[in-house]
Amino acid sequence: MSAIEARGAALTYQDGTEALRPLDLAVEQGEFVSLLGPSGCGKSTLLKLMAGLLAPSAGTVAVDRSRLAFVFQAPTLMPWASVATNVRLPLDLAGTPRRRADARVADALALVGLDGFASRLPRALSGGMQMRVSIARALVMEPGLLLMDEPFGALDEITRYKLDAELLALWRSRGLTVVFVTHSIHEAVFLSTRIVMMAARPGRIVEEVAVDEPYPRTQDFTVTPRFAALARRVQDSLVRASAVVGGPP
Amino acid sequence: MSLGLRILLPLLVGAVLLGGWQAATLVWDVPGYVVPSPVMTAQALAANAWPLGRALLSTMEVTLLAFVLAVVVGVGTSFLFVQSRLIEAALFPYAVLLQVTPIVAVAPLIIIWVRNPTAAMVVCAALVALFPVISNTTLGLRSVDPDLRQYFALNRATPWQVLVRLRVPSALPYFFGGLRIASGLALIGAVVAEFVAGTGGSGAGLAYEILQSGFQLDLPRMFAALLLIALAGVGLFALMAWLSRLCLGGWHSSEL
Repeated sequence: MSAIEARGAALTYQDGTEALRPLDLAVEQGEFVSLLGPSGCGKSTLLKLMAGLLAPSAGTVAVDRSRLAFVFQAPTLMPWASVATNVRLPLDLAGTPRRRADARVADALALVGLDGFASRLPRALSGGMQMRVSIARALVMEPGLLLMDEPFGALDEITRYKLDAELLALWRSRGLTVVFVTHSIHEAVFLSTRIVMMAARPGRIVEEVAVDEPYPRTQDFTVTPRFAALARRVQDSLVRASAVVGGPP
Repeated sequence: MSLGLRILLPLLVGAVLLGGWQAATLVWDVPGYVVPSPVMTAQALAANAWPLGRALLSTMEVTLLAFVLAVVVGVGTSFLFVQSRLIEAALFPYAVLLQVTPIVAVAPLIIIWVRNPTAAMVVCAALVALFPVISNTTLGLRSVDPDLRQYFALNRATPWQVLVRLRVPSALPYFFGGLRIASGLALIGAVVAEFVAGTGGSGAGLAYEILQSGFQLDLPRMFAALLLIALAGVGLFALMAWLSRLCLGGWHSSEL
């Protein structure tokens, strides 16, 4: 069974704005799918449909949400609470007993390399570290499906590469299914098993590109001609898509 | 700026002003019943330490009771307001009405209605201090990071969990801002209520001391009473600032 199956899913707002044209998309268990496109192409909207934060105005989006975790663009931490309390939040909300929750929090913090920071407040951490806390908060739920909305978009490039690599390692070791929203072609090609390209006005899927490069991938992959060819192909496809409907009204 | 300078500079300004004032009264030989010098004020304070101290305690009692009452009623009202926009729309104009009606105009009525003079003064002062608590706390309870609210929704948080774990902590910085304003207003309200009530006797407050000193043209004593009121206000403000730092220290940008 697919982890996510959207059939004819569309979202039109009440004022008539077409945020997403009817689209079909299936994500299989264990895939790493990137939603790639310019601002306004509805990639975050599609992700929120998957999360159940928005309801489609037509069609269906079937997702097993029992083991779903969502990572926002911003770290979205509670500034008044320690790192450990922030990571424990989903367990607290679910009523997990404290002792078991604390053990899982420690594990999750270790996974993202923040062992020594449990009692710090978020603002004492750098942007990259705050994002790691946010990821630890997702991992602590032992999710099967991880939805990420441009999680590293606000970080500097060096930190972003580092977190990309860490995310790939986690994806492989934990057997996750990941849907990853980004507007970086580089990031999408580096991470994904498959790239779903979207275009704006109205938001729609224009093409899918499979990245059949074996894992583990390292930064060496990004300097190969193969990587360049893939990136070129994705870029051409995006440019073509923008040219079809975009342009001056 | 270093803490030392922060303390030293205002003290320096105060010393210069007091010195100039003292010198002026000496040079021009100003009589004490027109403008008392700082030394005369200090002497009056020392000579009347007992009645002035008791009056200060009485005023502070009214102030603190009114402050607590305003906080309890104000926070309760805010929680009611954030339950629904309808409730807020229905009641908020009346909160504004309470705020804009001058307390001096309402106080005589309250003093007639409430028999116990202390209780009447507490009600007057609480009315003055109430509004900033309501408006700030309501604003704070609504000022929740929308992403965090979505996160709570995603994790199927109950309304109670959202309130306790998200809304209340988010509201704290606004709440403490309201407390600072309310503490000063409670003191103002208490003094105004004392003026209007005009109660003398053993429970008289600083306002009564000021009135009496005025009747007797005892300006040094009046200045001493004024000084005590000002110090009480500064003390309240410092207390609120300390409380705010204690609760928000480290996480909110207003306290870094």
